[in-house]
Amino acid sequence: MMKQEKATVAGHDNFQGEYRILRLAAPAVGSLVRPGQFLELMVPRLGERILRRPFSIYKADAQGVSILYKTVGRGTDAMRAIKPGDKVDIVGPLGNGFPTLGSGKVPVLVAGGYGNAALYLKAKESPAKGIAFFGGRTAQDILCVEEFEALGWDVRPTTDDGSLGTKGLVTAAFDPWMAEQENIQALELFVCGPNPMLKAMGDRAIEHGFTAWLSMDKNMACGVGACLTCVIKRRTETGWEWARCCKDGPVFESREIIWER
Amino acid sequence: MDVDLKIRIGSMEMKNPVTVASGTFGYGPEYAELVDLNRLGAITVKGIGPMETLGNPTPRTFETRGGMLNAIGLPGPGAEGFIKKYIPFLKQYDVPVIVNIWGKAMEDYGTVVEMLDGEDTVSAYEINLSCPNVKEGGSAFGTDTDSFSRVVELVRGKTQKPIIPKLAPNVPDLGKFAKAAEDCGADAISIMNTMPAMAIDIETLEPELANRTGGLSGPAIKPIAIKLVWDAAKATNLPIIGMGGIFEPEDAIEFMLAGASAVAVGTANFSDPSTIVRVIDGIEGYLIKKGHGSAADIVGMVKA
Repeated sequence: MMKQEKATVAGHDNFQGEYRILRLAAPAVGSLVRPGQFLELMVPRLGERILRRPFSIYKADAQGVSILYKTVGRGTDAMRAIKPGDKVDIVGPLGNGFPTLGSGKVPVLVAGGYGNAALYLKAKESPAKGIAFFGGRTAQDILCVEEFEALGWDVRPTTDDGSLGTKGLVTAAFDPWMAEQENIQALELFVCGPNPMLKAMGDRAIEHGFTAWLSMDKNMACGVGACLTCVIKRRTETGWEWARCCKDGPVFESREIIWER
Repeated sequence: MDVDLKIRIGSMEMKNPVTVASGTFGYGPEYAELVDLNRLGAITVKGIGPMETLGNPTPRTFETRGGMLNAIGLPGPGAEGFIKKYIPFLKQYDVPVIVNIWGKAMEDYGTVVEMLDGEDTVSAYEINLSCPNVKEGGSAFGTDTDSFSRVVELVRGKTQKPIIPKLAPNVPDLGKFAKAAEDCGADAISIMNTMPAMAIDIETLEPELANRTGGLSGPAIKPIAIKLVWDAAKATNLPIIGMGGIFEPEDAIEFMLAGASAVAVGTANFSDPSTIVRVIDGIEGYLIKKGHGSAADIVGMVKA
């Protein structure tokens, strides 16, 4: 179920470094959210730009939702002007979200940068807690460590410049850890981050026979499955089909995806 | 005061003059949780060809100032898939369904109609003669009056249901196509399809769309569409479904004043799914405010 709601901005603050958190009073949308879903937000004062912008839902409850974002373009730049008390039109929750952890499976969270915003509700909901690998360019790009730890997760940061945790990509910490696992097939990964990271995790899942749920990101327009902008190639028994990231995803199992370029 | 919003296109009665532009509303279910489909004057579904099709590679859309480019390339389930997958859903609603049909070859248009015509849920056909994003057919039929007429005549011969050719904006004299539609037995015309357009990434030097070019929609094209509706209204007595950048009720009213009997909300569905209902209510409010008894009263009332 999805709703369109005029949300009231309850808070809009600097979070860490270039990252900001937008908290919205939105009871209709908030009470429907499942882990891994997203919403589409109409950015106020975006001039002649007409499309909504999609954001992972970071936190949600019966009062509303919050999103964690970084200024990456015209839309997020205009969002900086949003003030508490403003009305913001949202449509959500959208997409399928992450599935429930399989029985007997060992959950592992893997995130790049603020991709872990999409994993917070999953981390909270998961009946079993485990290891969370968070990668970022610098220590400034590793977010919410204490929060995930407070939920019972063992957070292992990696940074490109070595300013926090292991130096290198997320795989620099994940690979040695994976090699030590006695039952690799029992791993169930929940992953959100940039495409190369999603693919790296998906490749390992296929090679070593474990499950990896990848939250895919592709430019979107409508967010509800109508416009067919955000399609990716999904494997079928006879070949492939276009799957809509917004409606059929954003979460896909690694084996479903045919990577392009 | 009661206002009569009903309009009629051939045998199809719409409870109000507002539908959606093909391709912006899926096949109905996509927006059913956000929009009360029973409020619509008609649901116009995404283009249906004779066979299942995949459409273009990505990127398929690109946001521009005041609009967006698209080159989706008409992916779809084909006539058989549409009947199986969407007719049972659409049947539940008390709303006429306009099926947008397209073909790569001329015969395809006839084939689609033959496959769909037995379905009572299908109320009318909009003939896509103007999609800028498929290599064959589409725009080729829509920019030459002879082939345009041949397709319309072919479809006319296959069905008693209302047929509504959708006109391309990029022709020197739209009136000729409007007239041709009337001569070939069409029940109405829709104006307009997207405007062929292009955008380039100046860093990579690549076009923004995988298809290189696409069609421009949204508020940027509204004044073009208004003029085309006005042109066509002078050339034909057929009802016109006007569309192109309708985001507010005022936009829809402008189309009606230019000569459109009905209107379609398109790209605005992506930005604000509540637009359709707002437009319906806004038209009604305007009619009351201006003291008109029916929607038909304001059609073509522009002082020009």
